[in-house]
Amino acid sequence: MTSFGRSQRALGVALAALVAAGGTVACSSRSDSSGDAAGRTYTIWDPYPQFDDSSDWVTLLTKCGTDAGVTVTRTGYDTTDLTNKALLAAQQGNSPDVLIVDNPVVSTLAEAGTLTTTEETKLDTSVMEANLLGAGQSGGKTYGVPIGANTLALYYNKKVLDAAGVDPTTVEDWAALNAALAKVTAAGKKGITFSAIGTEEGSFQFLPWFWGSGAQLTKLDSPEGTAAVSLWTDWLKKGHAPNSVINNTQTTSWQEFASGDFAFAENGTWQLGNAKKLGFEYGIIAIPAKAGGPAPAPTGGEFVTIPVQKRTDRYTTSQKLVACLTSSDNLLATDTTLSYIAPTVTVQDKQVAQNPELKVWVEAVKAAKGRTGDDLGTKYPKISEQLWKAVQAALSGSKTPQAALTEAQSAAAAATK
Amino acid sequence: MASSTHTASRGLAAQEPARPRARPSRRPAGGGTGRWAAWAFLLPLLAYLLAFYAYPLYRNLDLSLRDYTVRSFVQGDAPFIGLANYREVADNPTFVPALTHTVVFTTASLVLQFGIGMALAVFFHQHFRLSATLRALFLVPWLLPLIVSASTWSWMLNSEAGVVNTFLGVLGIDPVNWLTSPDWSLASVIIANVWIGIPFNLVLLYSGLQGIPQQIYEAAALDGTTGWQRFWRLTFPLLRPVSAITLLLGLVYTLKVFDIIWIMTKGGPADSSTTLATWSYQLGFGSLLPQFGPGAAVGNLLIVAALAFGLVYIRVQRRQGGTA
Repeated sequence: MTSFGRSQRALGVALAALVAAGGTVACSSRSDSSGDAAGRTYTIWDPYPQFDDSSDWVTLLTKCGTDAGVTVTRTGYDTTDLTNKALLAAQQGNSPDVLIVDNPVVSTLAEAGTLTTTEETKLDTSVMEANLLGAGQSGGKTYGVPIGANTLALYYNKKVLDAAGVDPTTVEDWAALNAALAKVTAAGKKGITFSAIGTEEGSFQFLPWFWGSGAQLTKLDSPEGTAAVSLWTDWLKKGHAPNSVINNTQTTSWQEFASGDFAFAENGTWQLGNAKKLGFEYGIIAIPAKAGGPAPAPTGGEFVTIPVQKRTDRYTTSQKLVACLTSSDNLLATDTTLSYIAPTVTVQDKQVAQNPELKVWVEAVKAAKGRTGDDLGTKYPKISEQLWKAVQAALSGSKTPQAALTEAQSAAAAATK
Repeated sequence: MASSTHTASRGLAAQEPARPRARPSRRPAGGGTGRWAAWAFLLPLLAYLLAFYAYPLYRNLDLSLRDYTVRSFVQGDAPFIGLANYREVADNPTFVPALTHTVVFTTASLVLQFGIGMALAVFFHQHFRLSATLRALFLVPWLLPLIVSASTWSWMLNSEAGVVNTFLGVLGIDPVNWLTSPDWSLASVIIANVWIGIPFNLVLLYSGLQGIPQQIYEAAALDGTTGWQRFWRLTFPLLRPVSAITLLLGLVYTLKVFDIIWIMTKGGPADSSTTLATWSYQLGFGSLLPQFGPGAAVGNLLIVAALAFGLVYIRVQRRQGGTA
């Protein structure tokens, strides 16, 4: 066990050296699941470090373990760390029994051969919504079960809209949104805030507009794609959106909205808790598509997966754990805690019955699309990187939307060849 | 430095003959076990160097010479592809900007940090009232965790709500998009990095100043030199060894600066503040799909650059030691 710890730590150091800059991969040495007593101990990794051992989430994990007749050891990691942690663990033959991971990462881990298919482990995914399940599928195989979904919509500040004479229910296409933003700006308030940062977060926020204009990720420089980038660029030029969006994360963008000066903010389901603390009246509308109707937003949220183990007899118990975590009753509890929308219609209905405010989110999730869907799989991250770069280049004025996208398309085509 | 270790070892040698006389019985018996003891003392260090320097370096080199995909990373069967990763990195459109930014970032940071650090060191060397307190205050940037200082800078330089733009507004100057304009982002991270680097230069140069005997200045004053002459003719040349090591350490630190840039701009917008260090991280960890090979290749280029300057330093040191 110590040798495991040591080699893993050494590898952590190797990776840290990889970034001469010093971005460290703090690799804590973990006890592996070998040995006698460990046969009854199952490890679970999740990206919810905000929950401690007394939380409902961990209580649920323990309970599912007890029901399956095993002890569960759970570790919560920061979501950005989890991909590399999972890859390292797989390299060391040290994967957790159950891994809960952000949906666009599933195809990467599957590509690495570290995840079992639901077919192998006999997990039932039939009740899951197809558009949510799509993010966990590649090459006709499914690599996990969604535990919950979130997506993006537009929050609005009622007072600001009222003062500018804008009725939020009329904001159903881009033209109406532009008109609303012009009115708000004319009334001396700020229009809209979002996040266009140079990371996956930026692509996540841009996709509803990109897809909403009818563009496809396989062809970034289409006229539709250019229209979407131009929409954002024009907002900055006209002062409808602040220049700070180029560096905004979704959290800093929310802080701008919380200041009370903004009419609209593009943000996610997870801000619902914070929305109640805003101190002004807010509402939520779906992100409009160019020609009207709700735009397909990308799905966020995690998948429960079963990583490949040397001892395949462990899958039976892991399967029980996953089935327990994704059973209707437990989904309702978990998704309420996480402020997510459930991946099944039955639970979604229950959620709306409990909290009618969630209706708009359930509809948004139904219209949403997986980023790695359309059989993009591991091509998505490469395309996404070029996409956020193009958006940043256009917003900062260093290139025109058309030029930025043309360049992005050729770079993405080269990278995904 | 070389000369000082020289005198130190000579000093030890001078004391040496005194020892056997003081404890004559120990010496002969210690011959055999002494060697073992020496090895025992050496072992932890060797193990440490191997585990924390040699192995990671080897792994990093290995990573950069193989075609790692996520799959082969896990399976450990990545094919050897020679220098293809380096070629890929060099052909990448980000390479030239990243290299240029690294050179500009490093040079500008070093010149400003060193210049301001030197000015402050000379200033504090006057020993006026409260100078010790003020000097301690100047150390604050060094003591703060980088994430704190970098986040604070990025708040201050925020285009919308930043205090810097508010201040410029009071002066009647148009707001500047410090972090979000491709023309300014590199300048902004340089400003933050200089601020963080000044204390380091100040402390080293100040201690160097304390090593210069006061009599020299007194003699110079008797000869009727001006303050300006005293600085350029006395202080600056006498500080040369300290300056050299300060600049070299500064260079190595600055080459690898990553956190400040990453926190403030993520290397953007549109790569306008990407340096080799942030690019290496971007490749290895910045997207959903890690590219370990090219990331390691860029990291190695940085190590080679730092090593090259280290060798230049040793060379210069040796030459100075020889003529002295």
